[in-house]
Amino acid sequence: MTATHKYDPHRKWEARMPPKPGEGGRTSAMIASLAAEGYDTVSAPFGHALVEEAKKNDRVVGFTADLSKYTDLHIFAQAFPERFYQMGMAEQVMISAAAGMAREGFIPFATTYAVFASRRAYDFIAMAIAEEYLPVKIVCALPGLTTGYGPSHQATEDLAIFRGLPNLTIVDPCDAIDVMEAVPAITAHEGPVYMRLPRGKVPSVIRKHCPDYKFELGKAKLLRDGKDVLVIASGFMTMRALDAAVELEAQGISAAVLHCPTIKPLDTATILAEAGKGNRLVVTAENHTKVGGLGEAVASTLLTNGVTPTFRMIGLPDQFLDAGALPTLHDRYGISTAAMITQIRGWL
Amino acid sequence: MTTQATTATLSNMSLARRAWEIRRKAVRMGEVQGQGYVGQALGIADVLSVSYFHALAYRPDEPEWEGRDRFLLSIGHYAIALYSALIEAGILPEQELETYGTDDSRLPMSGMAAYTPGMEITGGSLGQGLGIGVGMALGLKAKKNPAFVYNLMSDGELGEGSTWEAAMSAAHHKLDNLVCIVDFNDQQADGKSTDMLCSEPLADKWASFGWHVQRVDGNDIAALVAAFDVARNLKGAKPRVIICDTIMCKGVPFLEEREITHFVRVEADEWQKALAVLDANRPE
Repeated sequence: MTATHKYDPHRKWEARMPPKPGEGGRTSAMIASLAAEGYDTVSAPFGHALVEEAKKNDRVVGFTADLSKYTDLHIFAQAFPERFYQMGMAEQVMISAAAGMAREGFIPFATTYAVFASRRAYDFIAMAIAEEYLPVKIVCALPGLTTGYGPSHQATEDLAIFRGLPNLTIVDPCDAIDVMEAVPAITAHEGPVYMRLPRGKVPSVIRKHCPDYKFELGKAKLLRDGKDVLVIASGFMTMRALDAAVELEAQGISAAVLHCPTIKPLDTATILAEAGKGNRLVVTAENHTKVGGLGEAVASTLLTNGVTPTFRMIGLPDQFLDAGALPTLHDRYGISTAAMITQIRGWL
Repeated sequence: MTTQATTATLSNMSLARRAWEIRRKAVRMGEVQGQGYVGQALGIADVLSVSYFHALAYRPDEPEWEGRDRFLLSIGHYAIALYSALIEAGILPEQELETYGTDDSRLPMSGMAAYTPGMEITGGSLGQGLGIGVGMALGLKAKKNPAFVYNLMSDGELGEGSTWEAAMSAAHHKLDNLVCIVDFNDQQADGKSTDMLCSEPLADKWASFGWHVQRVDGNDIAALVAAFDVARNLKGAKPRVIICDTIMCKGVPFLEEREITHFVRVEADEWQKALAVLDANRPE
């Protein structure tokens, strides 16, 4: 199912019909979780991984803008209170101060929600951190459509905003393993990083399908092969792709899944090699607007290198999204497993 | 054009009773969702009562009436409180309360202008309301419209640089039609606001930015009425701020005592218990 709601620049409350009491469907939740999808979970993988990293590296410090509990950074704050800086609800000074700490030799991990980093603190990230190539790691919860709270908290265009920024490495992990292995990798990386953060109880997905999987910064990994369709995905859409592939197999469709957790720099060699194999439909899948994210990055890679399979994109529409329950919204906007299967079947 | 009275204002119902009605509706909405920012709603109910039933001019059946005073909810997550006030004011039908936060409801958990009659702006990305208020106050003056702009913000928003840009701008432009209400409940997501990024001495800060400042007990209706009257009637080309010290979960003692109150956890059986506590203390 693709999104049926069109962008309406004049949308107004007059046009909204209230649901009848008791018929409003599912409730929305600010604290939403993808945990209950049939996988084991790990609690606060980012916080625990950062504690382990900080034990080995005394340059690691933590910053937050009033969201330590909501970005799992409170785990680090409890373990290393003297290395934790609570900046209050002030994202711009948090970023500037993280840049200042980096200039003094530290490796700051700065956390907030993805909307506030990408929209509010952007200029500060661009000039104080990215232009200077400072080792600040910006780690943000609620990326893409991971809250039903409405546009103020839905960072549907964070990747598009940050992809335009030179020097910045961008990571979109799928699951708890990705997060835990990305933390040492981005600490070791000498430059600035933006990482999207699954928080709280985070499912452990990939190794259930692919026991040998390891996260490597800058590398895309083929998680399963298939002859009919190649899905190139990042973030939790890799989980959707794996689940969809299992279901599609039962329906006689063979789907490969290429997990691409590093959005920038993109692993173009692997993408070109996989997309050039056979005569498969190539589909990108991202928890992000179709504008300026993984899909367009892959499309540009393919076209400029003369690799031209049949190509389709799964992602969020170019509009401000509704408030509501996450499962409702994932169905409505085409990024649930069921919606993914329907789209792929329609394209084959 | 008038800044006088609404049908609601002329009612005999006491402001204390209006505040109680607002609290009760907020708790009922919290029960619909099983969650919600009910702690903030209970804390701000007295301010909203005085705003909607003493200070503001509006027409319940015409939410976009040009002569209305504009009430901006910068703190989008306080929507549960404002919906209660809008229902009590007759701007929203009471039965919609049952749809709070459900799919396709006009009452989403975070307030948005495109969803709800009477919701002037989309708040929730904190620190934006006061700047929008500056523009609306400039616009009203340009139109020679005597209406006031009220911006309700939280103490947490005092951390945002944009708040202080707007504060300086409002004084620079001599916006005597702008009233900022700061809900000082000393709670934000990670803990006490004064422990996160201390904004004290807060009254001195606003005064030094060129504002007329009052600081009152935000759960004392008589004090609020007096403060709103001063803010409206003051002679002097300054914007006005009313810092309201409030208590989260006010009116429901067993919730007031709960330690973490930014997103207060209420067990399924406690909503009815909270209503019972309120019902036992209904003002006339």
